[in-house]
Amino acid sequence: MSAPKPVVGNRPVAICSFAQSPSLRRVDQANEVEMLMPVIAEVFAKANMTKDDMGFICSGSTDYLIGGPFSFVMALDAVGVWPPKSESHVEMDAAWALYEAWVQLQEGVIDTALVYGFGKSSLGDLSRVLAMQLDPYTMGPLWPDQVSLAALQARALLDRGLSTEQEFAEIAARSRHDALKNPNAQVRNEIPVAELLEEAYAVSPLRRHSLPPLSDAAAAVILVAGDRAYDVVDRPAWITGIDHRVETHAFGARDLAVSTSTAMAAKIAGVGNGPVDIAELHGPFAPQEVIVRQAIGLDDSVTINPSGGPLAANPMMAAGLIRMGEAASRIWDGSATRAVAHATSGPLLQQNLVCVLEGES
Amino acid sequence: MTEENLAPVTMLSTPIRLDYDFTAGLAQSKTLAGYAQGKFIGQRCPKCKQVYVPSGGSCPTDGVAMDEVVELPNTGTVTTYCIVNVPFAGQSIELPYICGQILLDGANISFMGLLQEIPTDEVRMGLRVEAVWVPEDELGPNLSSVKYFRPTGEPDADYETFKEYL
Repeated sequence: MSAPKPVVGNRPVAICSFAQSPSLRRVDQANEVEMLMPVIAEVFAKANMTKDDMGFICSGSTDYLIGGPFSFVMALDAVGVWPPKSESHVEMDAAWALYEAWVQLQEGVIDTALVYGFGKSSLGDLSRVLAMQLDPYTMGPLWPDQVSLAALQARALLDRGLSTEQEFAEIAARSRHDALKNPNAQVRNEIPVAELLEEAYAVSPLRRHSLPPLSDAAAAVILVAGDRAYDVVDRPAWITGIDHRVETHAFGARDLAVSTSTAMAAKIAGVGNGPVDIAELHGPFAPQEVIVRQAIGLDDSVTINPSGGPLAANPMMAAGLIRMGEAASRIWDGSATRAVAHATSGPLLQQNLVCVLEGES
Repeated sequence: MTEENLAPVTMLSTPIRLDYDFTAGLAQSKTLAGYAQGKFIGQRCPKCKQVYVPSGGSCPTDGVAMDEVVELPNTGTVTTYCIVNVPFAGQSIELPYICGQILLDGANISFMGLLQEIPTDEVRMGLRVEAVWVPEDELGPNLSSVKYFRPTGEPDADYETFKEYL
């Protein structure tokens, strides 16, 4: 057995273990550390590894969700860092923590890394919290809520004739249906598209079904480089391509109906170099899935979000990493040989990461 | 428009307020409930046997759940201290006062506490102290339940017994 040659980077690195807590509207007894503890324990148990086997630890979280300083430092208690460990943190979705860990693994000094992300949307007013990531001079002081911003993007899409309200509802119905098979998903039901289209607008043209749920959850993965990956899992999910790109924070300077950054990242990650079996896309609002799918260049033959995706569970700072873990799971169980995982961070698909995962055929 | 209105913007004030619910967590809730009963409640790591008060639920050294609840005594040792002389906003205690790091007997981590009933020039590392709690009807699930710490009059603790906790 040998790992497929990566398109990006020189050293094969695989996702070898994945754990997540169930996404819930409100985790009200456990704090962040306690929400994370069983996830960390599970990701190690599945890999038959311990914290002492890890060469690097990287997390994604934000103090703006918890309303307190240095929450990522406290979160390290869930791992236990004695003897001292090399550790880092990103104030982004943990998919970017995975990217940082992947870069570390490329250096060839370490072979293993733990990556985790956690977020509780229930502690504050998420729309106000997310307004804090906007340009602080001209946009932030207006406190636009995230649903209204997403509605602007949806309108741009409709006005260009690139999607329909019917398609938004179809995406929501498919996501909720597929989530019935995912015990960690939050919105799981079987409601016909016609019925979804009868809902009132939350913010026109978005009906409630096009909005992601507010979620509290945590997720973790273990990355292993080289042949050591086979010690952990029979069929490692090799990262053959990974890239992330960012767009200007000025909405007025962007074409909101397309995602240039996603398209660039997908090209560099080599998505088009072979057929794609499944894709886990992180478009928290239904129209964003249309934009991302188009930008990556996925045709109708690709199964999108078999886990239910972010419309079924959207824990901030973890939902992107969950896409990567879910895509890897399809490689491990043999249901996919080539999978794409996408993560987004920031407002209106501002930053995008695309990752190609491959299993040996 | 006046000339003034056309001047470049050099300063922008953007008021920000975010409100949060605080989740103490399962482990810290035990400690907070202890304060409401006039008790120090900690947790012991099953692996390294260290006792943390308050406990975050997970041993920061081993990363395992600390499920054994430990009630700690009222007495401890001042590991180090600071005499506060500088006034600051929100100050509620008369200056000068002593802020001490208190290592409760049986605990493996110290926490900050107010020292009273001792002149500032007599406080020292190793001083043995005890907690003075507020009257029972004023006890609550917070550290304000501890009015202050005061000397017990016992001989000072040997430096060797607390040097690991500085």
